[in-house]
Amino acid sequence: MERIPILKMGPYLLVTIQVDMHDRVAMTLQDELTERIVSERAQGVLLDISSVDVVDSFIGRMIGNIASMSRVLDAETVVVGMRPAVAITLVELGLALPSIRTALNVDAGMTLLKSSRKTSHNGRSPR
Amino acid sequence: MGQNMQMAEEIRSQQDVILKSWIAFQLSGLTLRRDLLKESELRESSRQFLEMFSEAFAVTADCDAPAWKPAKDNLAEISRGRALQGFSPSETAMFVFSLKQPLFDLAQQRAGHDGKRLAEIFWDLTALLDKLGLYTTEVYQESREAVIHRQQQELMELSTPVVQLWDEVLALPLIGTLDSNRTQVVMENLLQRVVETGARIAIIDITGVPTVDTLVAQHLMKTVAATRLMGADCIISGIRPQIAQTIVHLGVNLSDIITKATLADAFQIALQRLGATVSKAASAT
Repeated sequence: MERIPILKMGPYLLVTIQVDMHDRVAMTLQDELTERIVSERAQGVLLDISSVDVVDSFIGRMIGNIASMSRVLDAETVVVGMRPAVAITLVELGLALPSIRTALNVDAGMTLLKSSRKTSHNGRSPR
Repeated sequence: MGQNMQMAEEIRSQQDVILKSWIAFQLSGLTLRRDLLKESELRESSRQFLEMFSEAFAVTADCDAPAWKPAKDNLAEISRGRALQGFSPSETAMFVFSLKQPLFDLAQQRAGHDGKRLAEIFWDLTALLDKLGLYTTEVYQESREAVIHRQQQELMELSTPVVQLWDEVLALPLIGTLDSNRTQVVMENLLQRVVETGARIAIIDITGVPTVDTLVAQHLMKTVAATRLMGADCIISGIRPQIAQTIVHLGVNLSDIITKATLADAFQIALQRLGATVSKAASAT
């Protein structure tokens, strides 16, 4: 059974998806990530999907769900490295995911997380 | 098809006579474009086609048969050439149709007063030449469509440039109407460039878009959403007063998107967000 590793980097969790996102894998990730956020008292989650080149509506929704769940647990989620084809697919599927925050790469994502922690976290802070 | 055989023999033996009168018909016709075609070229292509015609006709009068392939290929080539040169469809089709008169004359000579026979030959020839004429027109149409298709594609590639305005700022000046196809190309180009340049802000300038209806607005919103998913911000600029009115009248909700009246305003916002400033060198006191 494939698992997606969750790495701890300071107060943040780094999730790099490098395998095909099957539905089962995604469900497991959702379970584990929420548990880790609680146990590590993480302040932010960085979801790197730069190696994902195929998405369907389920995975799209999962990404949105993960972001919403982390927010409930008081951890900001930033999705980074989305490929053009994936972005177009999600938009065409009607999943524009207005609630998630995005950045071009892990570097920019980390900066975004840090800056959002400094300012008060009321929804989307200015980038 | 013994009759055909005889007729074909006749055509072959009388080739020079037929060719002469055929060319005379073509030259006298109002539909010949002397400005586009030299007489010598016409003579040569007519001779070639007549040869192939008589050869194929000796085998069968059914132009769908394989024996007709060389003649039809030759015809297709002529038709294609004329389409590119700017002949009209009827001018192109006349090449074949003008062959009717010389062949009918020949048939009349041969059949003499045998009316039944004459009618048969006429019918065969008419059916055959009409088919060939239609075939010519079809090829003509196809080659014109190929030209249109190619131009469309060239236009598509020409009209979607993505330019870099500043470090991490891209601009996409849109010109012309946005349809689904173009939106797709525009979106792909823009996102690709965002990845390549690591841009944080993309400005879509719609000064050159003549009208914005619900569909165009939807396409714009899709592009903005996709750019946002990639991690870059999108600003729409160049909204003319009429377009602003139309957008509101249509009830399109652009409130989630940053919109600016001019590209300059959008650029200023972009610079602000990046923390960069541009100022005049020595103008301030």
